[in-house]
Amino acid sequence: MTRVADPGELAALKTRLQEEGVGGGARIGVCATGCRAMGALELAQEFRDQLAAQGLDDDVSVVETGCHGQCARAPLVLVEPQGFLYGKIKTGDVADVIEKTVREGVPVERLCEQANGEAVPAMADIPFYKAQRKQVFRDCGKVDPKRIEDAIVRGTYQGVAKALTEMTPEEVISEVTDSGLRGRGGAGFPAGVKWGICRKVQGDEKFLVCNADEGDPGAFMDRALLEGVPHQVLEGMIIAAYAIGASRAFVYVRAEYPVAVEHATLAIEQARECGLLGQNILGSGFDLDIEVRMGAGAFICGEETALIASLEGERGMPRPRPPYPAQSGYLARPTTINNVETLANVGSIILGGEGSYSAIGTEGSKGTKVFALAGKVENTGLVEVPMGTTLRQIVFDVGGGVLGGLPFKAAQIGGPSGGCLPSEHLDLPIDYDSVKETGAIMGSGGLIVMDEETCMVDIARFFTEFVKDESCGKCSPCRIGTRHMFDILQRITEGEGEAGDVDRLVEIGEFVKEGSLCGLGQTAANPTLSTIRYFRDEYEAHINDGACPARMCKDLIKVWIDPAKCVGCRVCLTVCPTEAITGGKKLIHIIDQDACTQCAECYLVCPPKLDAIVKLTGREARELESLPAPVLYTEWRQKVGAAAGQPSEAEVE
Amino acid sequence: MQDELVSLVTFTIDDREVSALAGMTILDAATAAGIDIPHLCSDPRLEPTGACRLCVVEIEGERGVQTSCTRQVQPGMVVRANTEKTFALRKSTLEMLLSEHRVACTTCDMDGGCLLQDYSYQYQASETALPNIALPCDQDNYSSGDKAIVYDASKCVRCQLCVRFCSEIQMVEALTLRGRGGDVEVTTGFDIELNESACELCGGCVNICPTGAMYDRQAMGMGRPNDLVKVRTTCSYCGVGCQLDLNVNPKLDRIVRVTSEVGCVPNDGNLCVKGKYAFDFVHSPDRLTTPLIREKGELREASWDEAIATAAAGLAATRDEYGPEGVAFLSSARCTNEENYLMQKLARMAGRTNNVDQCATTCHAPTVAGLAAAFGSGAMTNSIAEIEDVQTIFLIGGNPTEAHPIVGLGMKRALRKGARLIVADPRVTWLAARADIHIKHRPGTDNILVNAMMNHIITNGLHNEEFVKERVENYEAFRENISAQTVEEAAEVCGVEADLIRKAAEWYAEGTPSSIFYTLGITEHTCGTENVKNLANLAMLCGQIGKESSGVNPIRGQNNVQGACDMGAMAGKLPGYQMWSDDVTRAKFEEAWGGVLPSNPGGTVTDFIEKAGEGVLKALYCFGEDPVRSEPNTTKVLKELGQLQFLVCQDIFMSETAKLADVILPAACFAEKDGTFTNTERRVQRVRKAVAPPGEAKADWEILCDVSTAMGYPMSYEQPKEIWDELASLTPNLAGISYERLENEGGLQWPCPAPDHPGTKFLHGNGFTRGKGLFHEITFREAAELPDDEYPMILSTGRTLYNYNVGNMTRPTLAVEAKQPENFVEIHEEDAARLGIKQGDRVRVETRRGMITAAAHVATKVRPGAIWMPFHYGESSTNYLTNDAFDNITRTAEYKVCAAKIEPVS
Repeated sequence: MTRVADPGELAALKTRLQEEGVGGGARIGVCATGCRAMGALELAQEFRDQLAAQGLDDDVSVVETGCHGQCARAPLVLVEPQGFLYGKIKTGDVADVIEKTVREGVPVERLCEQANGEAVPAMADIPFYKAQRKQVFRDCGKVDPKRIEDAIVRGTYQGVAKALTEMTPEEVISEVTDSGLRGRGGAGFPAGVKWGICRKVQGDEKFLVCNADEGDPGAFMDRALLEGVPHQVLEGMIIAAYAIGASRAFVYVRAEYPVAVEHATLAIEQARECGLLGQNILGSGFDLDIEVRMGAGAFICGEETALIASLEGERGMPRPRPPYPAQSGYLARPTTINNVETLANVGSIILGGEGSYSAIGTEGSKGTKVFALAGKVENTGLVEVPMGTTLRQIVFDVGGGVLGGLPFKAAQIGGPSGGCLPSEHLDLPIDYDSVKETGAIMGSGGLIVMDEETCMVDIARFFTEFVKDESCGKCSPCRIGTRHMFDILQRITEGEGEAGDVDRLVEIGEFVKEGSLCGLGQTAANPTLSTIRYFRDEYEAHINDGACPARMCKDLIKVWIDPAKCVGCRVCLTVCPTEAITGGKKLIHIIDQDACTQCAECYLVCPPKLDAIVKLTGREARELESLPAPVLYTEWRQKVGAAAGQPSEAEVE
Repeated sequence: MQDELVSLVTFTIDDREVSALAGMTILDAATAAGIDIPHLCSDPRLEPTGACRLCVVEIEGERGVQTSCTRQVQPGMVVRANTEKTFALRKSTLEMLLSEHRVACTTCDMDGGCLLQDYSYQYQASETALPNIALPCDQDNYSSGDKAIVYDASKCVRCQLCVRFCSEIQMVEALTLRGRGGDVEVTTGFDIELNESACELCGGCVNICPTGAMYDRQAMGMGRPNDLVKVRTTCSYCGVGCQLDLNVNPKLDRIVRVTSEVGCVPNDGNLCVKGKYAFDFVHSPDRLTTPLIREKGELREASWDEAIATAAAGLAATRDEYGPEGVAFLSSARCTNEENYLMQKLARMAGRTNNVDQCATTCHAPTVAGLAAAFGSGAMTNSIAEIEDVQTIFLIGGNPTEAHPIVGLGMKRALRKGARLIVADPRVTWLAARADIHIKHRPGTDNILVNAMMNHIITNGLHNEEFVKERVENYEAFRENISAQTVEEAAEVCGVEADLIRKAAEWYAEGTPSSIFYTLGITEHTCGTENVKNLANLAMLCGQIGKESSGVNPIRGQNNVQGACDMGAMAGKLPGYQMWSDDVTRAKFEEAWGGVLPSNPGGTVTDFIEKAGEGVLKALYCFGEDPVRSEPNTTKVLKELGQLQFLVCQDIFMSETAKLADVILPAACFAEKDGTFTNTERRVQRVRKAVAPPGEAKADWEILCDVSTAMGYPMSYEQPKEIWDELASLTPNLAGISYERLENEGGLQWPCPAPDHPGTKFLHGNGFTRGKGLFHEITFREAAELPDDEYPMILSTGRTLYNYNVGNMTRPTLAVEAKQPENFVEIHEEDAARLGIKQGDRVRVETRRGMITAAAHVATKVRPGAIWMPFHYGESSTNYLTNDAFDNITRTAEYKVCAAKIEPVS
């Protein structure tokens, strides 16, 4: 590793690496982080083996990269210089890719299929990417996260050079303040202002913490950044530490992120060897060292004061504020805690000047925001869009629309602390302030799309269960209030709702919000309160009519086979795990309601043309009548004068 | 100086303008102003945590509500503590808490004393507002088998006070939390049994619990708060003088449990295992309940009249036949000031001898002698409350976290506040393990260590020249004496690194302020008085004395050893350290007491035993002491005391000494009588009667009066207050202290010469008692008995946390016995390996004087070549081993060094 002693040497190193062609040329980029679970490592090995066998290994390199974002198509492979992004690729496809793309430069069409059925080979042309604006993630998926050379050649650490040698800490702070960068961890506090407060506090020793304790279910942008572009995060940390005057910093990352831990640890070692960490960084006189500390998987440890307690070796429980961490944080010293995504933005802000950053976004929210798009949407994955992009653009343009083309019902934003945005807010520009007005929060960027088959009471129950379990148990409102809220929600979804339950939920929810010690408790009621705000009728249907309009709450639905539509094809009969379905060939099937568990497996397999199995709820379910015994469907159709247009058995087959 | 530190903040709360000390929380300021804010998780001793959310208030200009326990008052702040909003929130919080609480008030021991119950009533919170989700109550947990403490998670409000107390105050971290959300429970690490954990049985968790979740096992079902009467008294164990509340069930005439109140001096509501739990002896069936007389070699029950007559006749006859040297009176540092005063008066007026002493000789007589020689006054110079503000603590030969746990807490607090700690101790005690510098020197080498420190200080010009010049005399001779004492030589003799000595010297000299603390590791040597004088030298050399949090602080071992000395229960001194040799003083006492004071010089308890053996001393009246167990070389003591013609013992138990007696007088214990004790910081505090003595036992002061009267010197008092008034009138230092003041103001520290005098927090502020301080020239000499080929180990003895001295008061408590059931010997693992001794093995420990067996505790706590034993166990009495070699001035025995050998019991 070349040690760089000043900005000139860093620039020279970058030039030299460029000349050597580092990070360029013909490359097979296999996402080896998020796609690892889908066999990406084996895939990369297969590429290496076959390229070697064909004597191409000197010309074409195989790079294990970070996340490309389009996780719905995992595993993903980016072939350069063609720029083709292949998805759902298996080891069996490797030979074709080498033959066609590497050798001939033409795409393998079958690996290019998008949600809309079109085959789009070039990443730049894929609708999912076209609607995005990649700033934070610009290098993710393109560089080898295990090589600092890859980062340096793409300009990472140039921001450090500029900040440390050309700017005073105050200038850095004002640059970041003016850029409008707000904390991406969820609360959206202006990052520059946060640094400025910590800088002004007297103290011999200050600390910076990179909060990588990403805990929202479904959110993984911080993980992806640490895994895919760890040096970009370190760059932000060095600049932030310089700004506040810290000489020690921590990456507090959950132990469940082993790849992030590995890559961050390696990146720190490399940066240290390179002279970008340690004493007198780039000759600036500024010293900093960073260490990785692992959290043990408590959601609460993402809360700043609980994180500090955990860093100190105490049980991760929040502490009252004031004093704020900026005044008295880690070891009672002034401490700044920034989220990974926030820090990953810093380098380019310093390099680009505030103008170029604040040109993107809305009045109060600048830059881009990364969302973890999940739920009932075609293109699940990580997406990065300018602040102010509408929900509709995210769900439909980037996300490719609701899965299976069902109607959009709502999106849950901000994880368990957030709330839901119903279809009336589809054209809401997503930024901190607009989202807050709806009763949700931006949060760290979890975005779960829900369709008509999603029960909003069940969603509230799910998130409330999460916060109930993750409550640290310290303060009474959060510990006890979330438990009572969960109990009520559970009862409602089980059909045991009582009159007054909704009001009681609102009452307890407001109490938990007002009375709780930390952000977890103060936002714990959001999913419940916002679903009640927009979908109160669904709650009332559960309570008053014993009906789940989304037909998801098992205690409120019955699965029924419409005798007028069933042709006795036996498909459902074979999948029923409880053998609740009786019938035979051409005999209309009947579900024994006592044996049925409402798993709806049968519902899913019934041939769409027949659409004979339905989920009933409410009065329909309570009053449903089943045939006493299987009869031949043809006889039944004759008897009741079967509906015209119903397909026959033969037609189905 | 105080005025500079304290600044007042004025703010508004509920439309009232209130002044508070800067840094105070809103909650504390409101409480001080008489405004009630409910709170379950706050305690003034702990860092605020804001968990229960009951103390919410509204602050003008701030959004929502704030917890008043976590917010400091700011000038001009406008606080609304009791609004509709805060009322509603508190009520909701209480209903939440009730919903996770097993509302079992009918059978709960804390019914009537539970804060949750009180607040719920006050806010009319309903236990049916929400479904009950309490944890199951019958689950086994870490406390299920414990003899002292029981925890019921179903009643726990998760305020964490117990966990925080255990970690912040006691610093043992035995308790912790497990689980999340509603499953949070208090437990020990890995759920091990409490008795196996780091728990020190201080009971702080029980005392601090706002509900009945954490309670005293033995008190269950013995009375609810409203059934119990709290009697405030002073602990009868070590010299700290903790204020206890004996919780008495009057129907049972029994002490049910012990609590203490936050804010009380000196312990601020904190207790140790002995104060909290070791009271079972009071109601022990082994108590003496009737007078006994020896007849034809056997003891038989007798009436009081007969017993008093026999005792008095025996003593008087000996006195008359053999004169003042034929009779001796052993007073008791365990008993009250009034009783000690009476005993020395009895000795001098009825016994007509100065042969009166008490157990100070066994422990801190070198302190009294050494500090009196150096400063003119032989007491702890500072107060316990000043410890937490010491910047550099120099602790030598002391183990306060075990022997004086509340002083230990003060040092822990100082550590938390950033103090530097220097410990010189041959053992790795709790504090030594956490010290910045631990000098683990060879037992008996304190003087060369201190001399080397002083040499280093002078050589480097770190001493306080101005202080030395203006306030101390004999500097040149002193300096000359240590001028050749190199640090290197000391390091060699002590067996420690020279740099540690240098650094300790520098830190101590430069500390602002520094303070010396010591106990029997300094005094129980043949050079004990010299050791003390040398520590006085060190303090004076650096000017680290005569100011707040800075001085020389011996921590007295017995509850009233300070008082027993103050009362003149020692040969050379009359009450208040007035010299009987002084004519004016003699005249004053002779007039007051109506008789002639004896003129024999008198001796110490160690003299008494020797003289008995020599056949000079013929009769001994032994009161509240057990010299057979407490004096060194038991075999010899038994033989010597066996030579007595007549022995009277007055005690609460059949002690080993009492077994030799001709007359045994059953006495009341501290909980059964009134009086005062004086603690180690010279604070006179009340002792109050809580229960009746067992059987026919009587208060010592009553018995002493009866014996004296029967001996021909009538003494009669209606109550101890009368005795106090008499002694205070004769003792200038105590003249300003009266029962009325003690009742109204709490304890008072002497000197307190006048009724309007506030008492004296620290000594020697404006000059030493003797005028100028006096440097002594101390030369190191080795202990009397050093290891050799036959007895290769150095044996030291000492006290443990759980037991007290001869053990008869502590060992009846089941929890204590469970924690520390048998005598043990600490041995270094290297020695143990060499000798084939494993942890827990039974070993034989032998000296030239005796042999006992004990369990081996193998670790690295002691030095290689050293062993250490407690002396609490009658069945394995360590004083069979100790050396009857004495300090040349005070005749205190060298318990800390003798030669021994140790081997496995095959």
